[in-house]
Parts: sequence; C-alpha cells; structure tokens
Amino acid sequence: MTGRNARNCNKNYLKYVRALDPPTKHFKNCLAAFGVGGLICTIGQFFRYMLEYAGLSGDELAGTVSVILIFFGCLLTGLGVYDRIGRHAGAGSIVPITGFANSVTSPAIEFNTEGYIYGTAAKMFTVAGAIIVYGVFSGAIVGIIYYLL
Amino acid sequence: MLGSEILSILLMYIKAFTVGGAICVIAQIIINLTSLTSGKILVFFMLAGVVLTALGLYQPLVDFAGAGATVPISGFGYLLANGAIKGAEKGLFYAVTGSLSAASAGVTAAVVFSFIMSLLFHSKTKRS
Amino acid sequence: MKRGNTIFFKKPPRVRSYAAICGSKEREGVIGGYADITLADDMYGESTYEKAECKMLSGAIRLAVEKGALTDGDIDVLFSGDLLNQIISASFAARDFQFPFLGLYSACSTMSESILLAAAMIDGGFARNCVAATGSHFASAERQYRYPLELGCTRPPQSQWTVTGAGACVISGEGGGIQVVNATLGRVRDWGISDVNNMGAAMAPAAADTIMRHFKDTNTLPEDYDMIVTGDLGALGSRILKDLTWEKGYDIAPNHVDCGEIIYKVIEDEFQGGSGAGCSAVVMNSYVFTKMNAGLYKRVLFAATGALLSTVSSGQGESIPCISHAVEFVSV
Repeated sequence: MTGRNARNCNKNYLKYVRALDPPTKHFKNCLAAFGVGGLICTIGQFFRYMLEYAGLSGDELAGTVSVILIFFGCLLTGLGVYDRIGRHAGAGSIVPITGFANSVTSPAIEFNTEGYIYGTAAKMFTVAGAIIVYGVFSGAIVGIIYYLL
Repeated sequence: MLGSEILSILLMYIKAFTVGGAICVIAQIIINLTSLTSGKILVFFMLAGVVLTALGLYQPLVDFAGAGATVPISGFGYLLANGAIKGAEKGLFYAVTGSLSAASAGVTAAVVFSFIMSLLFHSKTKRS
Repeated sequence: MKRGNTIFFKKPPRVRSYAAICGSKEREGVIGGYADITLADDMYGESTYEKAECKMLSGAIRLAVEKGALTDGDIDVLFSGDLLNQIISASFAARDFQFPFLGLYSACSTMSESILLAAAMIDGGFARNCVAATGSHFASAERQYRYPLELGCTRPPQSQWTVTGAGACVISGEGGGIQVVNATLGRVRDWGISDVNNMGAAMAPAAADTIMRHFKDTNTLPEDYDMIVTGDLGALGSRILKDLTWEKGYDIAPNHVDCGEIIYKVIEDEFQGGSGAGCSAVVMNSYVFTKMNAGLYKRVLFAATGALLSTVSSGQGESIPCISHAVEFVSV
C-alpha cells in the first residue's frame, strides 16, 4: 500500500495533520485583499476619468486604461516590488489586471538566464497561458452561441 | 452644479473601490479555504467574467462600478465575452474572432512590456 | 556488523574536518558565528543562481579538504548531491577537483546518506579519505519546484523556506575527534500527504520510522543521546515527529532539535522554518560538529529527512514518498 492507495489507508494520519494546520488569518487576509484590490481599481477609475477628459471613449478608453495598469504591473514586477505587495495583499494583487501582468512578466524575467527565445519568450506564458487559452476558448463558444441564437 | 459633479465623481471612486475590493475578497476567501494557486484563481475569475457577461449579468456591474468591475481579471473576461457578442452580430467569422480582437490591447501590452522588462531586469532573490 | 537495518562500523571512521558556507539570511540565525563563509549577496558573484549554488558547494568542499590538511590526491571519493534536476550543482562542482565523484540524490537527506556511504567505504577498506557534501539555494529551488521569484503569490502557512548554503565534511580513517559509530538506513515511507507545501507532515513518518528502528537496533533509548537532530521537518513536522514517536513509547522531545526549526532567528516570516539539502548540511557542518569537538555534546543522532518528489509527480497528483537516514556520532 503506497502512494495513492495509502491515502485511503492513512485517513487518520491525514485527519490528524489537517487538525494541526496553522490557522489562516481570514479577517486580516480579507482586509488586505479588500484594501489593495480596491485601491488598484480606484487608480484604474482615476485613469478612466483622466482619459475621458482627454477625449477617449468606449472600447478605446477601456483598452487604454488596462494597458496603463498592465504597464505599471510589469514595471513593479521588474523592480521586484510586486511580489512583496502580493505577499501581504494576497488576492488583492492577484485578481486585478496588474496581477495578470505580474504573472506574464515574472516568468519572462525569471527565465531570461536560459536565453531570449527558449527562456524569456517560451516561458512567458507558463502561468498566464491558461488565462489566454480558456479566455479565447470560452469567448469563441460565447460568440458561436450568440450567433446561433 | 460643480459641487454635484464632484460628488458624483467621488461616489464613483467609492463604488469602484468597494466593488473591486469585494471581488478581491471573494477570491481571497476562496484561496483561504481551498489553497488554490494564483494561476488557477485568475482562470476561474476570468471564466466567471465570461459566463456572467454572456448571461447579461456583468454589464450592470460595469455600469455601476466602472473600473471596479473592469480592472479585476473578471473584467478581462467581460471584455472577451463582449467582443464575441458584438462580433456575433456581424457574422460567424467575427463571432469566433471577436473575443481575442477585443482583448488584443491587454495581451499585446502584457507581451511587449514583459519583454522590455526582461531586457532590463533580472529576478531578485527574496529575503522574506 | 549489521543488525536490522543498522550498520555498525568495526573501526569507526572519523569526521576529520568540516566546512560550511551560508547565505546572508542564514547568517543572522544560530549558525552565523559558526559558518566559515557567509555570502554578502545570494548571487555570490555569479550570473545565475544555479552557478552560485555550484560555487558554494565547490567552495565548501575545497575548504573542508584544506581544513583537514589534505590535498586533492589524498581524497579517494566525493559523495555529493543536491536538489536541482540531474544534480547539476554537485556534478558541476566536482569538475573543480581531481578526485572521483559519486553523485547521490536523496533530496534533503543527502547529508546523512553521503556521510554513511563515506563511512562505509572507509570502514570497508576501500578508501582512506572521503568527502561528503551537499547544498541548496533558495532562488534556484524556488524556480525549479515552485514559481518564478517575482510572482506575487502568497505562501501558505505550512510552507518552509529553502536554505541558501552548502556544507561538506571529510570522513577519514584517522584524525578528528568525532566518530561515526553506526548508521541506520532509511526506508521510503509514504503516508499519503500530497500537499507540496506541507513537507514537514510528509517527512515526519519517515523520520519516526528510522529513528525508532535505530533505537531498536542499537538497544538505546532517547535519553542516551545528548541530541537527536533531524534535518528539515520544521516546526509543524517536529511536532508530528514527537507525537509519532511518543505513541510508540519513545519520548524524544527533551533531546530533539530540528535544523529547520533553529536555523532562522525569527521563524514567523519563514512560517515553519528552513528546508532543503543545505539546511541540515550547514547546521551539522558548523554548529553541531563545533560543539561536539568542544565536548558539549557527546553522542548525537543525526537523521536528515528527504521528500522524494518532483514537479512532475506532484503535478500528476501523486503523494510524497519520503526517506530518512540516520547516522550516530560520538565525540571522543
């Protein structure tokens, strides 16, 4: 009885280990996520107003706002600041679009030691590739369903 | 006149903060309870955005909270689904390609900026 | 001689010399005053973290050989391994030396495995001097086993911090005041833990199994040892180990020390403490051996633990098989 079968065998041990798990600080985590996540969205709203004032509208406006936020996400990742924010903010810095930028930039700069083609370029979407794949796939399905309706 | 405009802008900031923060709190609760990794959280929230938009439930949230609903990754899903829905009006070809066209700005920005950053920086080790 | 899974050395080989190199974060902990070299920065003047790890390991081996007043020609074999794929740090470090190399992989228990093999080689009469060495690096382990360093993700509270450091010791037929008297070979234990962040809980059963078999084979009790050192179980794993041995009637709590638990000054940021092959290697080859030479500890049981997983196996949802080898040291 090893490996996967052992899991059934050792239910007691697994239960005991789970009971020893250090407590998660739910309230503190959620508060940090709320604060940081909210702040990033407020900054987004600020850029929205600024660009609206500059005369942009519609898709162009929404697109430009996310491009600016992605730029800051990439820059803070490159400077080595974003992972520190993420350590405390948790979902507050993962879920906003800057978190998506972080998940693209971090492998890109991590693997540039393995060269620019097979390192940076090939590994760039190790984390974020899943978002593109499922995003494009689900988007295509939604499009086809709406077309058929 | 001017006062009411400032008030409405201020209200919009509060709405964006609250809704954006609330979306992050939902994600944080899921992380706390299931210890999902950040990549999976991003995918699930993006898919949630696509589904809610397709069902017509996300648009009201965007109208209500502005960046509070578009900045989280579910807003990326909203962008994809919205592009697909708009494309579907033009024909089958645009129905399939519409989503990625709508999201092209974000993806291009992420690729271009990340590549530039990889030229400029190396990953730093952590102290804590 | 052999009883159970424990081998007893006829003419106990000795720890002739030892050396340890550790990172800047480790310097602040208990080993700070004992390590030979502490790095100013984690790059160690190299362009990649893997090269830095290799340089640390090679530096530790070189120092240990020099401190034993030996030259390359006196060393018969080097036993070494590390955590990276295809044990590149160890094999690349071996390029720098003129003696034969036997590569090992036993994850974080590489230090005890290499010491026991070196001792067996010498006691069997096949070698006069052997080097046992291992090391690990936080950044290289992180990028191989977990995520890119800059990814802003949260660490779960069960997780441990990979130690940046390398340790080496020369095991020799004569010289030095610490004897390697016997060693208990580990069995792979898997109690079904599949959470890669909870290494302590995965490895504790292996450590408990080896330590208790050691007591049985040598007819000893926990009280007979001044110190029972485990590798990198961390705070949580140590607690589980104490519970598991206590259930079987051995109370190791008073004498038990875990390298992972003591290596960092403040354990909060690192959650459960240190881990990695370098963790026990650095602590043994600086703090413990120095204290033993000074006569503060007479009899020490060293049981390093290793989690034998890879990113492929954990990706496929496999549970984590673990191993622990124990070596008993007596200072004379």
